[in-house]
Amino acid sequence: MTKAPIYRSLRRRIIAITLAVSIAPLLTLAAVIYHQYVKVFEARIEDQIRHLARSQANAVDVFLNDRTALLAVLVTTRSFEELGEQPRLDALFDVITRTADGLGLVDLGVIDATGRHVAYAGPFALRGLDYSREAWFRETMSRGRYVSDVFTGFRQLPHFIIAIRGHGARGPWILRATIDSQVFHRLVRSVRVGESGDAYIINPDGFLQTDARLAGQVLDRSPLAPRLFGEEATVIRLPAENGATRYVAGAWLKSKDWLLVVSQDSSDQINSLIRTRETEIFIILLGCLAIVIATVVTTRTIVSRLEHADQDLNQLNAQLLQRDKMAALGKMAAGIAHEINNPLAVIGEKAGWIRDLLDDPALRESPVHPELVASVDKIENHVERARKITHRMLGFARRMEPRLDDVDVNRVLGETVELLQNHARINDIRIDLDLADGLPIIASDQSQLQQVFLNLLNNAIDAIGKDGLITCATRQIDKEIRVAITDNGPGIPPEQLPRVFDPFFTTKEPGRGTGLGLAISFQIIEKMGGRLLLENAAPRGTRATVVLPVVIPERK
Amino acid sequence: MEPRRILVVDDEIDFLETIVNRLRKRGMTAEGVASGREAVRRIGEAPFDVVLLDIKMPGGMDGIEVLREIKQQRPDTAVILLTGHASLETSMEGMELGAFDYLLKPMRFEELLKKIAAALEK
Ligand SMILES: Nc1ncnc2c1ncn2[C@@H]1O[C@H](COP(=O)(O)OP(=O)(O)OP(=O)(O)O)[C@@H](O)[C@H]1O
Ligand SMILES: [Mg+2]
Repeated sequence: MTKAPIYRSLRRRIIAITLAVSIAPLLTLAAVIYHQYVKVFEARIEDQIRHLARSQANAVDVFLNDRTALLAVLVTTRSFEELGEQPRLDALFDVITRTADGLGLVDLGVIDATGRHVAYAGPFALRGLDYSREAWFRETMSRGRYVSDVFTGFRQLPHFIIAIRGHGARGPWILRATIDSQVFHRLVRSVRVGESGDAYIINPDGFLQTDARLAGQVLDRSPLAPRLFGEEATVIRLPAENGATRYVAGAWLKSKDWLLVVSQDSSDQINSLIRTRETEIFIILLGCLAIVIATVVTTRTIVSRLEHADQDLNQLNAQLLQRDKMAALGKMAAGIAHEINNPLAVIGEKAGWIRDLLDDPALRESPVHPELVASVDKIENHVERARKITHRMLGFARRMEPRLDDVDVNRVLGETVELLQNHARINDIRIDLDLADGLPIIASDQSQLQQVFLNLLNNAIDAIGKDGLITCATRQIDKEIRVAITDNGPGIPPEQLPRVFDPFFTTKEPGRGTGLGLAISFQIIEKMGGRLLLENAAPRGTRATVVLPVVIPERK
Repeated sequence: MEPRRILVVDDEIDFLETIVNRLRKRGMTAEGVASGREAVRRIGEAPFDVVLLDIKMPGGMDGIEVLREIKQQRPDTAVILLTGHASLETSMEGMELGAFDYLLKPMRFEELLKKIAAALEK
């Protein structure tokens, strides 16, 4: 199929526009969906981590409340006198550590109203120490209940204590316990977070109360500002290295002004996000591919239809143009022929008259006589030649409606071939007939049809020259009879093909062809409501096809 | 046998004279007139066996009218129409009006002689 550049660029434009308007929204939609998905995804991570922080804070509250409650029970059920005695305290501590190891109490101490450590059970030598100046001592005395921040204290180790005030006969006293930092750390860190996860507690001043995996050691200062975290469990997002986001959730404890912090990188969850994105991209690509294929295929079909329609239209235009051209040329030809015919007739007759005169016996003696006769012959020959042309031109201009005979196309063709058979045989040209059976008799003009066949056959014979084959075939196809005259001559050069129907277009030597044969034939066939086509035949030669409408003759 | 009389009618004097000369040269009694009116007058004066009549002539009276006149006055006269125009319709009209034959100018002289002979035979 030939593709003119205009159709190629049209096709490219349609494809580009269609793709732009169909794929752009798809991509936008995909981006929006992905963005929404990321938002939901982030919200989910936030929820998760907030929930973790909240529940972990609750667990720590329960832990502290349990210890506080135990001490409160001891203070109310036992007297200062009883617990202030070292052996009794030792015995109690022994019972507690043996029966409730999980409580994580490191030691137990009893302090009297003056701040003196009267009894102490535990691994350190703390008995007798004076706590009267310690902040926690005064705090416990005034509030009755105290949970300390982590501090190093006399023993130079980070720890925190829980202290409860009791009322004895000799005034207030304090029962104090140290919490095993290992047990406490384990509890805090038990939160289930991903590889990058961390969990720790900071006090309102930002000091770590437990060891953190990433944020530092106990009593280090945390980079987080605790006041960023509100009453409710709050999540803030911080940029982490490798482009990920670090989600940090903080929940304040109820039983102590401590902030429980849980943090996690989004990169732990990012895999599922990446998978989602890959799936989405895959689906989008699939969609785009479908769109592209559909667009290309549809556009191809449309454009090629368009091209065909244009071709048909062009053909029709060419045919109409040819008709107009010939009508105009015909009128002109008739005028010219008429103007030339009269002087030509005079020339011809004068030449004839000279020939008549040259017959005179006296003139015959003249030495120039033969030459005069020869010249007159020449004049007559050329008048004859001009006569042929003008007569053909007039025939061409003839605007006669075809007569309506009952025509048997096969017979007319057969007779015409018969007329030329001798001439063909001399030139070693065979003319084969391939006639369809049962062609209908049609209403047409027999002599004009014969003239057309004669023209076409003569063209074929002239084209072959010597030694060749001409096939004349008739067929009925629907409401048409087709007569194809095919020769195996040299064919017609493609650049000449559009001009062969032009009047006076001939490739034959001057005097041999008028160039009117096809023009006249074209007009005759057109008048009959048919078509005349000329094309090159495979593998070589030319095929002339006469298409006649099947018009059934009226019954007379 | 009385001599055959031929009348040639054509407005082209050169053509007219030459045809008349050539016919005379072949032993026929030929005379020429250059207009339709003159032709009608001559026909009225004397009978002719054959009239060679140009269809297209100026001067108010063309070949077809002359033909009508001839057929009215002397229906036996054989008329051969001559035309420089492929006015086939006109020629056909002439044939229907009773013309014997028609020839397209320029014609071959031999053909003309053949047609005249045929016309005389009838
Ligand atoms: N069968 C054919 N094979 C090759 N060329 C052809 C054939 N038929 C026509 N042509 C070409 O088309 C030209 C025009 O043909 P057309 O019949 O109109 O005129 P012509 O044959 O040249 O003159 P004329 O018909 O008066 O003898 C020819 O001169 C020839 O070049
Ligand atoms: Mg030809």
